[in-house]
Amino acid sequence: MGGKRLPSKHCLGLAALSAKEINEILENAVPMKQVISRDIKKVPALRGKTVVVLFYEPSTRTRVSFELAAKHLSADTVNVSASTSSVVKGESLVDTARTIKALGADLVVLRHPSAGAPHLLARLIDVPVINAGDGMHEHPTQALLDIFTLRERKGTLKGLKVVIIGDILHSRVARSNIWGLTKLGADVHLVAPPTLLPAGIERAGVTVHHRPEEALVDSDVVMVLRLQRERQRQGLIPGVREYARMYGLNAARLALARPDAVVMHPGPINRGVEIADDVADGSRAVITEQVTNGVAVRMSVLYLLTLGRGA
Amino acid sequence: MRLIIRGGTVVDPVRGRMYPSDILIDGERVAAVEKRVQARGARVLDAKGKLVLPGLFDMHVHLREPGQEYKETVATGTKAAMRGGFTAVAAMPNTAPVTDTPEVIRYVLEKARDAGYARVYPVGAITRGSRGDELSEMGALREAGAVAYSDDGRPVVSAAVMRRAMEYARMLGVPVISHCEDLTLAGGGVMHEGFTSTRLGLRGIPAAAEEVMVARDIILAELTGCHLHIAHVSTAGAVRLIREAKARGVRVTAEVTPHHFTLTEQAVEGFNTLAKVNPPLRTAADVAALREGLADGTIDVIATDHAPHAAHEKEAEFDAAAFGLVGLETAVGLVFTELVATGVLDIPAVAAKMSLNPARILGLPAGVIEPGAVADLTVIDPEATEIVDPASFASKGKNTPFGGYRLTGLPYATVVGGKVYIRDR
Repeated sequence: MGGKRLPSKHCLGLAALSAKEINEILENAVPMKQVISRDIKKVPALRGKTVVVLFYEPSTRTRVSFELAAKHLSADTVNVSASTSSVVKGESLVDTARTIKALGADLVVLRHPSAGAPHLLARLIDVPVINAGDGMHEHPTQALLDIFTLRERKGTLKGLKVVIIGDILHSRVARSNIWGLTKLGADVHLVAPPTLLPAGIERAGVTVHHRPEEALVDSDVVMVLRLQRERQRQGLIPGVREYARMYGLNAARLALARPDAVVMHPGPINRGVEIADDVADGSRAVITEQVTNGVAVRMSVLYLLTLGRGA
Repeated sequence: MRLIIRGGTVVDPVRGRMYPSDILIDGERVAAVEKRVQARGARVLDAKGKLVLPGLFDMHVHLREPGQEYKETVATGTKAAMRGGFTAVAAMPNTAPVTDTPEVIRYVLEKARDAGYARVYPVGAITRGSRGDELSEMGALREAGAVAYSDDGRPVVSAAVMRRAMEYARMLGVPVISHCEDLTLAGGGVMHEGFTSTRLGLRGIPAAAEEVMVARDIILAELTGCHLHIAHVSTAGAVRLIREAKARGVRVTAEVTPHHFTLTEQAVEGFNTLAKVNPPLRTAADVAALREGLADGTIDVIATDHAPHAAHEKEAEFDAAAFGLVGLETAVGLVFTELVATGVLDIPAVAAKMSLNPARILGLPAGVIEPGAVADLTVIDPEATEIVDPASFASKGKNTPFGGYRLTGLPYATVVGGKVYIRDR
């Protein structure tokens, strides 16, 4: 297991990481993936280290993925989630940070509904912080696992036409992918109605479309985002059914993409809304691979951020 | 008790000129403005190389008392005003309770008298509890000393309520100060809507949220004939609407804050809660338009929207952090550094926008230095430089995004009713 220590102390977002750092994490995820394919999925790399997994939002897959990643590296993990801790008693993130500091954690993984919460935590404690999703801001490890999956499938990202369809406005997954993919040379296209696009996003070096038919032609990768049903109530879309009709990824639309195009989804899936059943379960979907790779990529990040820090 | 301000350059915003002169103050009033005054036994304040302006008047300040004394009190706020070169402030009514009764007005005035620093002119609420439905007792508030009406911090959502308030205010001869924000368009945003908010994943407040309301209130001012004053203008579109309205002869005036003519949305970078303010910091194009509006007279007033908060209210997640920043103790330095040194405003224009115009808008006899006038003066050293250190503020609030800024052109002495306060340098 190689890997040099990253120049960045924390993993707060892909906007802040260099292409070199991103590649370093991805390279290092390759041996990590070998570890988890063994019978005994454990290496002693982080033995004696304590990783606090602090979640202020309900999530199963990301939390479990981080927890497994830490355990495979032999770290001790402590789970703190909003429903079980003093968070519900109104303890602020600032107070919680002081407690974590006093308890002597070696690394903190934070999921929080407010953008920038991991940055605040990183200012308050002196151990590495991994952002596991903050509001609409970033979800860097999800984008890293998406990019890792694409590297496995496609070799390189340079020149790949990647189409991201869906609620870009509220999506931290989309944002992290946009920064990461463009840094690694992919040609990124976004598809959404104007009401689900964030202001000025074209300045990120992406091409914006309103109709999927227009974007999907000759694409190598299609990333589908989850549509929250509350967007209808918020008046951002006329209706879930109309959204499915105009933006849902079905077989006919997918036929516009290249024959070897892959379909990705960060999960959990709204079948029949943003993606049709047969596409989600079809041969081009790499959705379950994404889950496996998530553990490997998170092991890589945990390892690189902890490496060489303290005893 | 007599005082001579010796050898300074007197600034006259009415005639738009400056001239070297001594000023003799006898008691609370100006006794003489002459080339060379002699008065045996008078205290002398050496103002050589300094500018003597009519007392600066900040018409948009949150003193937080009654109710939020942990953020600021009338005493600390008015001391901060004096330290910043202001001889008077207008106090916004979003206190607890809201300044919607004569009792609260009298309470604030009494606290100000006891403190003995800058003068305080309370602003009364437009609606009861600033809830936007029933009108406050506007006549009684006026009698108790309110100089304007505002629900600042909140917009008056109902156009019908705003119309009735303006009709009443017009009858009483008092301006309505409008916090222009369409809450449905603002949508719970926490910074300017643009590429920076997109990158940071923060909900944005579009410029249109302000402009829609500025347009509505201009139309209502036209309908009612009321004097409308637009608080804290932040967008190029709002400047354009006000310029057009003035050209049509609508009774509208407007103010801009030092942070809005200095900073852009980029100050929020890194989730800097010290730059979280409402209206939000906008774009470079908006800053340019605000400066143009100041230069061409569209914007009449520079006011700070001084909004002190406790440290823990800013050390929080960006969404949860309080809006607002303190402005009293950096305003003069920012005006001189950002506007005078760059040629946007000359010094008489500064005196107009920070003294004469706010006084005129609120119907107060201030803003001029002449025999018989109340001796409220601000002495500014245009060469003095400081690196802003929030720890040195007299305000309880240290929440400024300008910490570490180098400012040139600072208040040297503040004279209120003949009483001198020399700044701590």
